[in-house]
Amino acid sequence: MKLHRLGGLILIVLFVGLGLLLPGWSRFLLTLALARGLLVLGVVLLMQAGLVSFGHGLFFAAGAYAVGFAVRDLGVRDAFLVAILGAGAGLGIALCIGPLLARYRGIFFAMLTLAFSMILYGILVKAYRITGGTDGLRIAPPAFLGWSSPEEHLGSVLYLFTLAATAGMVFLVFQYLRSPLGYTMRAIRDNEVRVEYLGLSVSRALYLAILLVGAMGGLGGALNAMSVGHVDPNLVYWTTSGEFVFVALLGGTGSVFAPLVGSIVFEFLRTYAYKYIPYTWQMGLGLIMLAILGFAPGGLWTLYELIARRMSGWTWSWKRGA
Amino acid sequence: MDVVLETRGLTRTFGRVVAAEDVNVQIRSGERVGLVGPNGAGKTTFLNLITGYIRPDRGRILYRGTDITGLPPRTITRMGIVRSFQIPQLYPGLTVLENMLLAIAARSGRGMDFWNPLRREHEVAEAMELLAAFNLADHAERPVGELPEGGRKLLDVAMALALRPAVLLMDEPTSGVSTRDKFEVMEVLMEVLRRSGVTTLFVEHDMEVVYRYAERVLVFHSGRVVADGDPQTLFADAAVRRAVLGWE
Ligand SMILES: Nc1ncnc2c1ncn2[C@@H]1O[C@H](COP(=O)(O)OP(=O)(O)OP(=O)(O)O)[C@@H](O)[C@H]1O
Ligand SMILES: [Mg+2]
Repeated sequence: MKLHRLGGLILIVLFVGLGLLLPGWSRFLLTLALARGLLVLGVVLLMQAGLVSFGHGLFFAAGAYAVGFAVRDLGVRDAFLVAILGAGAGLGIALCIGPLLARYRGIFFAMLTLAFSMILYGILVKAYRITGGTDGLRIAPPAFLGWSSPEEHLGSVLYLFTLAATAGMVFLVFQYLRSPLGYTMRAIRDNEVRVEYLGLSVSRALYLAILLVGAMGGLGGALNAMSVGHVDPNLVYWTTSGEFVFVALLGGTGSVFAPLVGSIVFEFLRTYAYKYIPYTWQMGLGLIMLAILGFAPGGLWTLYELIARRMSGWTWSWKRGA
Repeated sequence: MDVVLETRGLTRTFGRVVAAEDVNVQIRSGERVGLVGPNGAGKTTFLNLITGYIRPDRGRILYRGTDITGLPPRTITRMGIVRSFQIPQLYPGLTVLENMLLAIAARSGRGMDFWNPLRREHEVAEAMELLAAFNLADHAERPVGELPEGGRKLLDVAMALALRPAVLLMDEPTSGVSTRDKFEVMEVLMEVLRRSGVTTLFVEHDMEVVYRYAERVLVFHSGRVVADGDPQTLFADAAVRRAVLGWE
């Protein structure tokens, strides 16, 4: 436990350092990767219960548009407030659709999440007067507790803000995964009947998890929107949701950090692929996915575990040899 | 003594199979009842009906005078009627200890707790104590999938016991457990149940086990209860022996 805390601290220092050292555009990518990583993390948490969310853009867009409306209509510019509103919007959506979602499994769950996300897509596109239609909404740069960052530092400040929010969520999820509810989710995947025979409500557990995932997704949407400075209906288009699932499989489900690692790798991969093979970049991603499925079906995280085991094996044999 | 559990006219068919037919049983508080009968006699169906896993076509189930017919397993479990399974129902993705801890967490009312860790010192201690009683302590940190059949069976029972039931229904608790360990485990288990006054119903094919640990025996056949009495008298009855138990 102590070791985990130390590891977390080192990671945070590392990421702060990275943000300050990296050139602006890669810091921007890293910011987006962290924000989107929260969505991927949500997808992974539901996967632990055997559920595939194919409409995670729903929470993403909810958080993002909450920011858009807050800035435009309420004149709210404070990043903290905006982040809370984003999480609240995701939570609100989860509160409404959660009870229905919690009753479905397998392909039906996936299709239902997809359906809800497409409905929101339709609304965002059609309600032009309110949402700006396909043009979306522009978002003015946020302030931080009354302080406005100078233009040239805004990127770094937003990065640090996103990093702090992500770290907070990671801590929360870490706690959740060790809690009875976290275990109940894995138990649900294994044997729903026995969960009920322990006196626990499967649908209630799933609902709670959906709430957590919804709020976290809304926060991710808000963070993403602040950095990009713009929101549009593509945030909830099915390809966006598909991407979250893709990245979840890319990163793997082995740890809280796997989805974030997957998200970072993906963001850079996509950018480079887009730059060097602009017409075939999707094919490139497809091939990478095939490679992952073929050689590391547990995602990139299995590679890390493999290396970690090797290394501990080495140190062990080295110690024995000495 | 007062009646804890009662069924009235319990009937259930599956297509043309009559799995329960007009079952009228009264179980008194603290009784230890053996359920016997040939394969397909309706023993498991009886437990499925009581715990709400399946609904009866006709008839009622009363628990301490309250009608519990049609309630879901979750609610019935919370009321104190707990079961273990003929085919172990576990969480293979978790370790033996984690399976136990989840049961204990559920009992403590913190199954939905998302903040405190599952592993709490006193709950781990309780889990380990139960596992030790079933000779499973050495396997605590192993994935359930690695346990042999008999071990999984006992873990299933241990999880039920961790819920601290008022009424415990066990479906062949020691099938798959080696004959050598069987009596040792039953001895510990039945002693715990006797001491804590848990009303116990257990399905069992081994008549020696029934003879030793049941105060009362219900004989099932084709969905009906065809005999009900203490084991000494019942097993002496030639008709029961031949027709139902297949003994000469
Ligand atoms: N869900 C079900 N669907 C269809 N038929 C069922 C179902 N459950 C039980 N049956 C049938 O009801 C009858 C009684 O089955 P049950 O499992 O209660 O027997 P049992 O006494 O437990 O037998 P065993 O000793 O083999 O476990 C059997 O013929 C069985 O095939
Ligand atoms: Mg049976």
